[in-house]
Amino acid sequence: MEETKVLTQRIRPDRSPVWIDDYMDLGGYEALKTALADYGPTEVGPLIKEAGLRGRGGAGFPTGVKWSFMPRFEDRPDERPAHVYLVVNADEMEPGTFKDRLIMEGDPHQLIEGMIIASYAIGADTAYVFLRGEYTECRRRLQQAIDEAHEKGFLGENILDSGFSLNLHLHMSAGRYICGEESALLSALEGRRAVPRHKPPFPAASGLFGQPTTVNNVETICNVPHIVKNGAEWYKSLGLNKDGGTKLFGASGHVAKPGLAEFPLGVKLGDVLEHFGGIRNGRKLKGLLPGGGSTPFLTPDHLDTPMDYDGVGAVGSRLGTATMIVFDDQTPIVGVLKNLEHFYAQESCGWCTPCRDGLPWVEKMLVNLEAGKGQPGDIELLDLHVKLLGPGKTFCAHAPGAMGPLEAGLKYYRDELSALIPDDASNLSRTQAANANPL
Amino acid sequence: MIELSEAEIEAIHHEMSLYEDPGAATIEALKVVQEHRGWVSDEAMAAAAKVVGVTPTQMEAVATFYNLIFRQPVGRHVIMLCDSISCYLTGYEEVRDHLKSSLGIDFGQTTEDGRFTLLPICCLGDCDKGPSMRVGETYHSHLTPERVDEILAEYE
Repeated sequence: MEETKVLTQRIRPDRSPVWIDDYMDLGGYEALKTALADYGPTEVGPLIKEAGLRGRGGAGFPTGVKWSFMPRFEDRPDERPAHVYLVVNADEMEPGTFKDRLIMEGDPHQLIEGMIIASYAIGADTAYVFLRGEYTECRRRLQQAIDEAHEKGFLGENILDSGFSLNLHLHMSAGRYICGEESALLSALEGRRAVPRHKPPFPAASGLFGQPTTVNNVETICNVPHIVKNGAEWYKSLGLNKDGGTKLFGASGHVAKPGLAEFPLGVKLGDVLEHFGGIRNGRKLKGLLPGGGSTPFLTPDHLDTPMDYDGVGAVGSRLGTATMIVFDDQTPIVGVLKNLEHFYAQESCGWCTPCRDGLPWVEKMLVNLEAGKGQPGDIELLDLHVKLLGPGKTFCAHAPGAMGPLEAGLKYYRDELSALIPDDASNLSRTQAANANPL
Repeated sequence: MIELSEAEIEAIHHEMSLYEDPGAATIEALKVVQEHRGWVSDEAMAAAAKVVGVTPTQMEAVATFYNLIFRQPVGRHVIMLCDSISCYLTGYEEVRDHLKSSLGIDFGQTTEDGRFTLLPICCLGDCDKGPSMRVGETYHSHLTPERVDEILAEYE
C-alpha cells in the first residue's frame, strides 16, 4: 500500500534533520506567511475546526473545538492576562509509541511553524515544548531549529511585520509517564510534582500559572501548516471516512518490518499490518494493541476495522497514538498483561488510592498467575479491578487507561488466563472477596 | 553548606528567566546540578533551592518524584534498559538477565569499579528497533547478549 506523505514528506530516510534553508526550499514557512497575511487571529481556529483535525496524542478531541475554548481579548485588550500559553506535549512515553520522535528529529521546523501558527490562532504570546527527558537528540535539533527561526524573524517580536510576537522555549522533562496527562504536564512545567489537577477548570480557563492555556500533541500541531496551506476541503478529502487527514502509523513487536508509515485515516487494519510485513517468522497474529499500551487489544477478527477514531472505537478499542504493538500466536497473554500493568503500576503518580494501590495489586496477581501461583477467584478479582479502576473511579485517566488492555485481555483470552490457575491451588478467601461486590 | 559554581548558577538563572514564576525552574535546577556533579546530593540540592528561591523540602518533593533525577551517586555511565512492551516482546528479558549477570549488579546498583549504573526505563521511543537501551545519551538498538558485550566494551 502506498503511503500518503503529508507530515513525513520532507523526512529523509536517514532522519538527518531538514534545516531551515532546505525546509523553506520545500515550501516551509509559507503557511505561516499565509496565516499572518490572509487570516485574522480568530480565523485560523475555525479553519482547523472545519478541516476536522482531531488530537493525535491519543484522545482524539477535535483541535479546532479545543482552541475555541480559549478566551479572546481582541475586543477587550485591557482584560488581557499577563500571558496566554500554548504548550506542546512532546512527552512521548506511551509504551510502543515512537512517532513524535521521528518528526522532531527529522523535520523540527514543521513543529516550530505549526506552533507559531497555533499560537497566533489562540492568541498565545509564549509557547513551550514539553519534551521528555530522554529525547536529547530531539532537544539539540529543536533548539537549533528555534534559533534558526529566530534569525529569520519567524519568532520573537513583531513576526514578519504582522504585529504578532511569540517567545518559544524548550522544557526538558525529568521523567514520569504521568507528565503526558495534560494537567499533570502543567504541574510539571510549573516545577512541581506531576500530579494531575481537577477539571474543571480546564486549561483554557486556568492552565499554566493560572493563565489561559492550550495543550496539543506534536503530531496534531504538525498538521496545522498543511491545513492552512492547502485548505480544509483538501484536508478532509485525505481521510477515507469521517475523520480528515493522514496519520502516522507504526508497528513494533512481532511484525516482519517494524517501523513508521503515514496513511490516510480510515485505512484498514489488515492493510497496515501487511505494510509492516505481517507477522514475522511465518507465525500467526494473536492480537495487538492498536495505539499504545493503554488501548484495548484487537484480534485477528478485527483486520477489516477502519483505522480512524470512530472505526476503532466501534470495536471496543481506541486509535490512540496509532503505533500498534503486535504479538504472535506463541506469546502467552499473561506476560503481555504483566508487562503492561507493571508499567502502569510503576507510573501511577500516587495521588489517588484506587490507582496507587489497585495497579500494584493487579500486577502482583498477574505475576502470580504467570508463575503458576494463581488462586481460584483471581480472574474474578481482576474483573473487579477493571470496574474499581475504571472511568470515573479515579482522579485522572491513568488507571482507566491501564484497565483497557486488562479488560480486553479478560474478554478475548479468558480461557488461557483461567487455565494458568493450578488445579490443586488452595482456595483462600479471595473468591469471597471477589464476590462481595462493593460497587 | 556548599555553594554552586558560577556556571551552575548562571544556567539556573537562565532557566528561571524563561517562566513567569521563577520557581518553575526547580526541575531544571536539579538537572543543571546533576549535569555538573553526576548526581544531586543533599547539600547541592539545598544550594540549588536557595538559587531558585524555594525551600529544600519543596526541592526534595520534586527531586524524588522524577526518575531522571539521581539522589544517589551513579557510575560514569548510566545504562537505561527499556522494559516496556515492544522491547519485552522482542527479547528484553534475555538482555536484562545478561546485563545483570555480566555486570554483577541488579537494577538500581552500580558496579564496584564505578563504571556502570543499571536502571530500568520506560519505553524509550525506539520500539521498532527493540530491545533498546541508552548508555548515557546514546541509543543502542537491536540488542542481543552478544551485542551487549560489544557495547559495554566501548565504555571506559
